[in-house]
Amino acid sequence: MSATEYVSYLQQPKGIKSWLLTLDHKRIGIMYLAGIMTFFIIGGILALIIRLELLHPGKDLVDANTYNQIFTLHGAIMIFLFIIPSIPAALGNFVLPQMIGAKDVAFPRLNLASWYIYIFGSLFAIYSILAGAVDTGWTFYTPYSTSTTTSVISMTLGVFILGFSSIFTGLNFIVTIHKLRLPGMTWYDMPLMVWALYATAIIQVLATPVLGITLILLILERAFGIGIFDPAMGGDPVLYQHFFWFYSHPAVYIMILPGMGIISELIATFSHKKIFGYKAIAFSSLAIAFISFLVWGHHMFTSGQSEFAAGIFSFLTFLVGIPSGIKVFNWLATMYKGRISLETPMLYALSFLFLFTIGGLTGIFLGALAVDVHLHDTYFIVAHFHYVMMGGTVMAFLGGIHFWWPKMFGRMYSEKWGRISVALIFIGFNVTFFTQFILGAKGMPRRYYNYLDQYQPLHAFSSVGSWILGLGFLIMFIYLIHSLFRGRKASGNPWGSLTLEWSTPSPSPIENFVTPPEMTHGPYDYDKVLVERE
Amino acid sequence: MSDAEGRPAYLAHHFSEAEQQRESAKLGMWIFLLTEVLLFGGLFCAYAIFRSWNPDMFYNAHKFLDVKLGALNTIVLISSSVTMALAIHNIQLGKRKISIGFLVTTLVFAAVFLTIKYFEYSHKFHVGQLPGKYYTFTGIQGDNPHIFFSVYFAMTGLHGLHVIAGMIAISWVLVKTIRNRFSPEYYTPMEMTGLYWHLVDLIWIFLFPLLYLIG
Repeated sequence: MSATEYVSYLQQPKGIKSWLLTLDHKRIGIMYLAGIMTFFIIGGILALIIRLELLHPGKDLVDANTYNQIFTLHGAIMIFLFIIPSIPAALGNFVLPQMIGAKDVAFPRLNLASWYIYIFGSLFAIYSILAGAVDTGWTFYTPYSTSTTTSVISMTLGVFILGFSSIFTGLNFIVTIHKLRLPGMTWYDMPLMVWALYATAIIQVLATPVLGITLILLILERAFGIGIFDPAMGGDPVLYQHFFWFYSHPAVYIMILPGMGIISELIATFSHKKIFGYKAIAFSSLAIAFISFLVWGHHMFTSGQSEFAAGIFSFLTFLVGIPSGIKVFNWLATMYKGRISLETPMLYALSFLFLFTIGGLTGIFLGALAVDVHLHDTYFIVAHFHYVMMGGTVMAFLGGIHFWWPKMFGRMYSEKWGRISVALIFIGFNVTFFTQFILGAKGMPRRYYNYLDQYQPLHAFSSVGSWILGLGFLIMFIYLIHSLFRGRKASGNPWGSLTLEWSTPSPSPIENFVTPPEMTHGPYDYDKVLVERE
Repeated sequence: MSDAEGRPAYLAHHFSEAEQQRESAKLGMWIFLLTEVLLFGGLFCAYAIFRSWNPDMFYNAHKFLDVKLGALNTIVLISSSVTMALAIHNIQLGKRKISIGFLVTTLVFAAVFLTIKYFEYSHKFHVGQLPGKYYTFTGIQGDNPHIFFSVYFAMTGLHGLHVIAGMIAISWVLVKTIRNRFSPEYYTPMEMTGLYWHLVDLIWIFLFPLLYLIG
């Protein structure tokens, strides 16, 4: 099929209104991508300011109060405005219906509504920055969050609203996967990305409402002093922590699971080999989703919860290592004796494997009770969750963007600059955050504005890493934007991938397929298809 | 009402048949109801914790709720669920006018519920049985009786908001029914609104004994 015979979703209809009122999941995905990348840049700049301030003890750049506000905003923006919607709402929206051979998601209007709710919620968050930014940390722990003078209510209201956006995306995906699969496509014919999005959607739907009610209670506590979290009035601040982590721990898996889905696609595509252990990878996603609801107490080992409960939570936390390990070993087995080609997306996938494994293993350290007491609230925690969230999810997200970029925009980016930027990001990331494992183990507490002189060399080393990281991202943004206008035209399937979204010309046609899609082979039948071709 | 390919007007372009669309809407609605249950779940959890810490205070405080008004409201809401179901039943049979009548009745019941709730609330405001730091009433034995009213107002208040949301949804369905958008072949929005309304009713059926009938 020649590229001139079809109309792509980017071509028709035209005009800004056709975008703002679109019901097309692909355009909504792109709009999400634009919003998410904007907040990623803002959150990233805040991170650079944090690292700059920590170059020396005492004041370098901002005062202590501003510093508290900046790290809170960095966390809140990166978590609620960037990483939670990043893969599902942007990339997932774009690829999910195409992967299962559907014309759209089940509820296109709800999909558009979720984007507007996302924007609306982010306006509240921005307002709270202007009206005296929150300084509580992204966790909004009581009693500080009910007594600080900063604008906690507008920020938590923003997060509450963003929760609806997340719920609607999850709900839409569950129904889409159940009801809109191509006739004849069984659950085991679905790409693993779809399984991962399904597991993610389940957590979004089950956990987010609990965050919603928690934030409502926090707002009521702050606005009307209802006393539920206030020990002076017979309430309990630890109850807030239980409520908060009942959502926010599963939320960690809302962030990582879709990333694992992308990695499954990348590893199989660029190893040109049938995925090893399809069912094991698929069901380990569901297992992670299930266990995620039972481990929230590991955030509270030092909160005074009962030792018995802490022991149970510690044991359950170790269990998460099993499905995570299953995934990593199956990916390695997929690569074994594959025909690996090292294009940019695959380099991100390899970075993911390396960094996520470190992030996951240090998670096991922290799940051990005695070790956690030593490491709790130190830079070790900061390093751990950046290895999982950034080394894991962000690497997968970037790999996904580079992978589906030709399908989204019909253009290729510079492979050379792509590889240079992966290298810089990988090196910069490790310099920044591996250092923080050491800092934490030596006792440097997280969130502190000032610190002892003995930590200065390591802090400075970490800050230099953040500049390398920033440079890597800067290069990435430049060549990606350049490719939008000047990039070489992409073919329908530049990577030789076998999932359905690559069976069409690039960029994707309106309604996803020029001719009704057919399943002639499974998503990973590289053995069969490659042999036939040769 | 169908286009050149014989597709009915209500069938969205990305579904291949009406049955698929209806099944999707149903699954989506049930998932949404699940999120509502979890939203209230947080409050039920808070209720359980504070009641287990202060069993005597909860018992003493609950005596200041009006069981008669609560029971009346329970009857009103259950009746409204029946009329909602009858509205759906009649649109299935193609009896549009009767269906409209039942939708209006449902709205009236919902309004009665809120009116009774208003009288209960205003009485409590009057005597100072209010949540947290606004609590000024002095007749209840036990520690921290304001916690009971924090829980009471949070639970019934959130439920009240859901009643209002339900009334908006029913009004929207009512307008659609008056404009003749539904038929025995297609009445999905009314069915979904019905499911939502039954959930709102069901939550109250749990709230009533937990708050009004302690001990």
